[in-house]
Amino acid sequence: MGQEGTGTTVALPIRVLRVSIAEWEHFFEVSIKMHDMSAHAAQHHAPPTSFLRKHVFSLDHKVIGKQYYALALLAALCGMVLSWLMRIHLGWTNAAIPGLQLLSKTGAPGGVMTPEYYLQLMTMHGTIMVFFVLTTAPFAAFGNFFLPIQVGAEDMPFPRFNMMSFWVTFLAFVVLMSSFFIGDGPTLGGWTQYAPLNSVGAVGGPGEGMGVILWMISIALFCIGQLLGSLNFITTTLDLRVKGMSLMRLPLTAWAWFITSCMGLTAFAVLMPACILVILDHVAGTSFFVASNLVINDQLQPHSGGSTLLWQHLFWFFGHPEVYIAIVPGIGIVSHILITSMRKQMLSQRVLIYCMGALAVLSYMVYGHHMFVSGMNPFSALAFSFPTLVITIPATIVVLIWVFSLYGSNFRINSASLFALGFISMFVSGGVSGFFLAQPSIDIMLHGTYFVVGHFHMVMGVAAMFGIFAGTYFWFPKMAGRMMNETLGKIHFWLSFVGTYCIFMPFHYLGMAGNIRRYSSFPDDYMQSLIPVHQYITVAALITGAAQLIFLYNLIHSRFWGKPAPDNPWEATSLEWSTATPPPFDNFGGKHPVVYHDPYQYGVRSSVGDYVMQTSPEQVQTEHDEK
Amino acid sequence: MAKLFAVTLVIIAILSAIPILRHTWVAPEDISTHGHLIDEQMSETMAEAGIAFLAAQFLLALFVWQYSNRGPNAKLKRFPGGATGLVIAALLVVGVEVLALGVFGVKAWANQYLTPPSANAMRIQVQAGQFAYYFRYPGPDGTFGPTHAELINEGSQNFFGLDPEHDSDSRDDIVTAEMAIPVDKEIHLLMHAKDVGHSFFVRELRVQQDFVPGLDVSLHFTATKVGKYEIVCTQLCGLGHYNMKAYLYVLSQPDFEEWVKKEQALQ
Repeated sequence: MGQEGTGTTVALPIRVLRVSIAEWEHFFEVSIKMHDMSAHAAQHHAPPTSFLRKHVFSLDHKVIGKQYYALALLAALCGMVLSWLMRIHLGWTNAAIPGLQLLSKTGAPGGVMTPEYYLQLMTMHGTIMVFFVLTTAPFAAFGNFFLPIQVGAEDMPFPRFNMMSFWVTFLAFVVLMSSFFIGDGPTLGGWTQYAPLNSVGAVGGPGEGMGVILWMISIALFCIGQLLGSLNFITTTLDLRVKGMSLMRLPLTAWAWFITSCMGLTAFAVLMPACILVILDHVAGTSFFVASNLVINDQLQPHSGGSTLLWQHLFWFFGHPEVYIAIVPGIGIVSHILITSMRKQMLSQRVLIYCMGALAVLSYMVYGHHMFVSGMNPFSALAFSFPTLVITIPATIVVLIWVFSLYGSNFRINSASLFALGFISMFVSGGVSGFFLAQPSIDIMLHGTYFVVGHFHMVMGVAAMFGIFAGTYFWFPKMAGRMMNETLGKIHFWLSFVGTYCIFMPFHYLGMAGNIRRYSSFPDDYMQSLIPVHQYITVAALITGAAQLIFLYNLIHSRFWGKPAPDNPWEATSLEWSTATPPPFDNFGGKHPVVYHDPYQYGVRSSVGDYVMQTSPEQVQTEHDEK
Repeated sequence: MAKLFAVTLVIIAILSAIPILRHTWVAPEDISTHGHLIDEQMSETMAEAGIAFLAAQFLLALFVWQYSNRGPNAKLKRFPGGATGLVIAALLVVGVEVLALGVFGVKAWANQYLTPPSANAMRIQVQAGQFAYYFRYPGPDGTFGPTHAELINEGSQNFFGLDPEHDSDSRDDIVTAEMAIPVDKEIHLLMHAKDVGHSFFVRELRVQQDFVPGLDVSLHFTATKVGKYEIVCTQLCGLGHYNMKAYLYVLSQPDFEEWVKKEQALQ
């Protein structure tokens, strides 16, 4: 299957659909009778020739990975600009932001943001960042590009699903952004879209009609994209490993993506129907999430019998694993880069894998900690609190393994490894605040405050972002064929590292003092005295944000004018470094690599230096080589 | 560069800890009978989390300082004890820490959420709507009249949808836009939402509870200090969310009775 014809673009969707059905069948076939490990890539599609098939509707996982990266970059830029606008408003509520009225006349008359427009921008910031940056970049972008190469495959097993996965995600982004320009703007309900505000329709406020529907359509589409992607990732990992690549010889990145896709497959499968139920509440007169006898603007609402808390359960059953979907690939990427930079093995690769698995499994049992004061049964708070506290154990082990592996190493400092170190630091800082939020009694004081904002920005936002940056500096040579500028990379690191601490540490203090989140300004008597802290944070955020433009410049400049990259610039061992830079269409130029070693054979004596590639048949005695 | 990283990290860690040690930004003074348990739990957690934070950052800084860019002939070492030691240490240290926090934390939570209010607690109903709170006191008969959602009308100030013509219990109910309670008296708050989700948060009282449309939620507490405090909404409820608040007056018993009389006259 998968023979590429010269079909016209018009017939493309039909052909895609037809072949996709064939791929479903193939998927079940593959799942039922597991291929033996020497099986080659199940697919052979010839290199495309037309521009459209090469760069736009490409089936090549490497192109799709880059497309995901570009989408994440665009989304991150949008999300960052939104955060600037929000920060300016929080510091100086009545300040006119020049040009903002062009985005929305009613939302920002004369450039001064209205409270509702603040909430709309905040919702978009959260949605864009969580879904289109933190999920797409570390998981879909890097995973697509490198997972097949790291297992030695020619491509993913279902290239059309893969292509669909990206284009559906792209469509989701377009739908989400379109809500800026349709009706009264995007929804203002926050990225969590709590019911019943999300289901009552336009009476709930600006954007609660069309804005919510577009949001739900966008996220449902996004879920489809990630489900297709996860399916591909899982099958690639299990079925397309090349000869000699046992599961324990997979690099930690491949393990991280595999575990993440298992989470994605179950988490997104819950969110998508939940979104559809909300759409039904809007357009079909159902009442899944709206209770009886609600009165808005003196009007009795035409709904009855729905459950408000049901949405929270569905959302957080997705929402908490989502946090780990964002961070586990980062854990994998950072481990991968750390080992390469340390020039020796981690204390235990196996323990790291088990810990990532434990994080994934536990992430489904802890979601109720978002709902301690939500009105759910107070006894269940205890049931959710305990696994939340327990999840700190695997997280602690991961950090301990990283830190104590550094002991006695020969750590190479470069942009990628600096960001990896930064990741550890951020992961710790964001992790310890989890101790507070895991406890229902303390949550009484901290729920809904900036402490929570500080916590998740540190651990899920900035840490994951540092993982993305580390991955970019590390893999850019392989992806683009050119080196990135190290000096600019280091400047970017220092400004980002110090800057993010300057921004997000004070969030915790604000929260402890009782500063409430999701307020467009602080008219409370109590919060007046905290406004100078907000102004300081705004300045820090603007500077740190501007520093990201250095990264953008570096990325674009290096892409076209960077120094050509050698095949293995970091003297690394995994399969992606054993092929040409950039990799040929079928990844290994018609050869099927054979794997002889564990992924990280560093600190040994070999013919090439202090490392042995996984594909090198050279015999090296190490304590951890597995049969 | 490695040494710079280590130094920066240590400075950041210390600077981050200073405002906490100096209590620069802390929650306002507790005015409830149960709040001290929460505060104690908070300081214990802060001590443990703070030690974990500083220890991890310092260790990271130390190892990066010592073991970076050591040249091609540096001898690689493995941490004595390896992963097994670390896993056991993590299980023991974090496990015990987690168990202790979990077990002791239950007390603070149970005190507020798992014990019922006493029978003679004073009952006050609170209704949250976009973007205001309204409070209802049962009046001399001690009984709340029934509410009728279809009668709710802000224009005619019938915030709760009462029907005093037909319901005799409603006739002496007192509806207010601010909350007054007597000091040192247990309050049993009956909470419901009119439209969407809201929350009831009084920092000084150490209470926070969401309103759930369609559910009646209850909360109980005792205030121990006379004063004026803010009740704020912490659950995103729409465009006026930032401005949704009411005042809570904790009054001495005679002052409270006076306040009730005054409000009764206004009904």
